[in-house]
Amino acid sequence: MAHNAPGRKARPLSPHLQIWRWGPAMFISIMHRATGNALAVGGIVLLLVWLGALAAGPDVYALFQLIAGSPVGLVVLFGISLVYFWHLVSGIRHFILDIGAGFEVKGNNFWSALVPVFAILLTAAFWAAILLR
Amino acid sequence: MGNGTSIGRVRGLGSAHSGAHHWLLQRFTAVGNLVLTIWLAVSLVLLPNYNYITVHDWIVRPIPTVALALLVISVFWHVRLGVQVLLEDYVHEAGSKFAVFALLNLVVFGAAGFGLFSILRLALGAA
Repeated sequence: MAHNAPGRKARPLSPHLQIWRWGPAMFISIMHRATGNALAVGGIVLLLVWLGALAAGPDVYALFQLIAGSPVGLVVLFGISLVYFWHLVSGIRHFILDIGAGFEVKGNNFWSALVPVFAILLTAAFWAAILLR
Repeated sequence: MGNGTSIGRVRGLGSAHSGAHHWLLQRFTAVGNLVLTIWLAVSLVLLPNYNYITVHDWIVRPIPTVALALLVISVFWHVRLGVQVLLEDYVHEAGSKFAVFALLNLVVFGAAGFGLFSILRLALGAA
């Protein structure tokens, strides 16, 4: 924008990913955006294909079940569920940050590191509940 | 607008030209998503199987129909706001920005319309 506007001197750019030392909060913040936008594509497509297949009737739904239940389909479903639970847990972390809590370095690093742990636990519980039903 | 920090930037003239309303809506829809998607996940776990009859007969009941329709609205609204932030950070040219926002609106409204239509079609007994 401003830095390539004609007749204006190039302004220095803010430093991007390569310049910062990696830490838990940085990783979790990047992953929040990554998981959110992944869901905006993958999760939405899955939701609409599922609803559309149901609305289209038993034959189309049977085809959906066949694809979703195949090994590749199950890997995709598992992946989308993990990304969903990750974004959910990470989003709850954002709610806590929004009220002004959890900004101290030690606590922030601790809760950031716990996001993947809770995401994996919730995903495992979800699939265990379905498969052991 | 000056080059450094100026009162103009503080008064809503940053790169996005607005902010608090978008920020709040993203939180409100996030709360909606939290409630509704957890409801969906729990409901899916509680279904005895995923046969057409089972899922169909569950969806056409009043609460699942309304909750799923609200889920579509809340989720797609949240998607619209979230992807907008990504685009604002990486698409800098005004014309391109207008184009990708127009495309984002078309995709999100079209997709939400399809989702709501599918739910209504099931609920009203046309499928």
